[in-house]
Amino acid sequence: MIRYLARRLLALVPVALGVVTLTFALIHLVPGDPVSAMLGDYAAPADVAQMRHALGLDRPIGQQYIGFLYGLAHGDLGQSISQHEPVARLISERFPATLELTAAGLLAALLIAFPLGLIAGANPGGAGDLGAMGFAILGISVPHLYLGPLLMIVFSLDLGWLPLTGRGGLAHLVLPAITLGTALAAIVARMLRQSLVQVVGADYMRTARSKGLSRRAALIRHGLRNALTPVITLIGLEAGALLTGSIITEMIFSWPGLGRLLITAINNRDYPLVEGCVLTFALSYVIVNLVTDFLYRAADPRIRLE
Amino acid sequence: MNSIRRNPSLAAGGTLVALLAAIAIFGPLLVRANPDAIDLPHALAGPGARHWLGCDSLGRDMLARIVWGARLSLGVATAVAAISLSIGTLIGGGAALAGGRVDNLVMRAIDVVLAFPGFLLAIALAAILGPGLADLVVALTAMGWTGYARLVRGEILSLREREYVEAARALGARPSRLLIRHLLPGIAGPVAVQATFGVGGIIIAEAALSFLGLGARPPAPTWGNMLEAGQAFILVAPHLTTAPGVAIGLSVLGFNLLGDGLAQLIGRRR
Repeated sequence: MIRYLARRLLALVPVALGVVTLTFALIHLVPGDPVSAMLGDYAAPADVAQMRHALGLDRPIGQQYIGFLYGLAHGDLGQSISQHEPVARLISERFPATLELTAAGLLAALLIAFPLGLIAGANPGGAGDLGAMGFAILGISVPHLYLGPLLMIVFSLDLGWLPLTGRGGLAHLVLPAITLGTALAAIVARMLRQSLVQVVGADYMRTARSKGLSRRAALIRHGLRNALTPVITLIGLEAGALLTGSIITEMIFSWPGLGRLLITAINNRDYPLVEGCVLTFALSYVIVNLVTDFLYRAADPRIRLE
Repeated sequence: MNSIRRNPSLAAGGTLVALLAAIAIFGPLLVRANPDAIDLPHALAGPGARHWLGCDSLGRDMLARIVWGARLSLGVATAVAAISLSIGTLIGGGAALAGGRVDNLVMRAIDVVLAFPGFLLAIALAAILGPGLADLVVALTAMGWTGYARLVRGEILSLREREYVEAARALGARPSRLLIRHLLPGIAGPVAVQATFGVGGIIIAEAALSFLGLGARPPAPTWGNMLEAGQAFILVAPHLTTAPGVAIGLSVLGFNLLGDGLAQLIGRRR
């Protein structure tokens, strides 16, 4: 196990370097000049030159790249242009909010998916199955751009049960978490149903039933456990997507996280901050994928770690 | 009738997608109102006899905008899916056929792009390229081609070992003939399934980029732009968000059902 972990961490190095390089290339190589975008088309050439120098953009691209890596290794992501603060500090202030939202979204997804999947899988073809799977298809199709405002209207404005926007206690988390988690919940519920339907026909299920276990007990004690493997795989594959899905959710609910920081930075043409945010998202995505991969291997002893 | 009962997803999804395509193609010819005509006295008007879906904050006819938006949103989504699929097939197929070091190098590069969250890549590209329809297509394509490259490579590698392909090779078929006559038709099914699901994902991603102000420039009636514009009036005129929201939802639903149905169809045939 430890050797496997070490090998995976080692394999992470080239991937992380690739992600860092891609981020750098996105900002520095893609056509479109950040300086003229920041200063506008009518800026004096002297101002443009000064800004280029201040940002280090007048150096050769190789030197810029080395400088970027060097700064990164020292936790220095440069200075935000619009907020006049170190990018690293701005990001570390906002990142916990995004992690909180993502974790809550994952929890919401599981809390919605498991009852639906169980109801549908326990009685395939029945009314519960139709209802649960109909709901799941709706969940996949309704864009969270639309679901978020819809939830706000119903639960904040009409019923007044939950706060409208912002970050605060648990109540503030509910609507954003549901908005973020619904699509994943729908996918997981469908997978759980399919997996359960396959498991119900297995020999050990017949054994469990013939032993005198009730249908429900056999399903929960023996079926669910075996049906979980593909579900965990799927959750692992999709968990990273929650992280970027949070960008939209943060914009809808004015959640003070990394996603809103990124979009604000884009609107302000604050390229050092954009670069830092993109890099933080991308590296977190890599790490989340590694962790879920590891958890899922740990959960199923049949999957050899070699 | 029998086939509908056996594969309801295919029937429902196919009908929905055909309907949407018809709206996108013929809708603008049938709806007389100009989607960009501003009519301030009717601003935020609710659905009625003259404006079936009401008017937006500038008094523009919502039905006309939804219908023209179908052309834009579905057009962008299908274009992106087609381009991603072509690039992915070229690169993935090329890697599989070249094999060895080339294959290894290409796949490592794809791993790096895949390690980068797709939607974030699209956001970053759209932010740097600036708003515009062509830039939107580029940003969304960057997000999706890797999936096709991986799929095509895997399928070709497995097909290459099949007997009928080996037989063709033993008969002296040249690589190009092998590819066109035997390999590409073999991978068409799985690729079609992925592309169909892909269109649904692209529709949502396009709407999301527009919502963030990174999509097509605002007067353009994409559904994402309309959703974003309606957000400010959600209390006084909820129909401004309902119409594009439902349009996006139905499209995604249609393509997802069609993808499900196609997957079932291929699964049964195999």
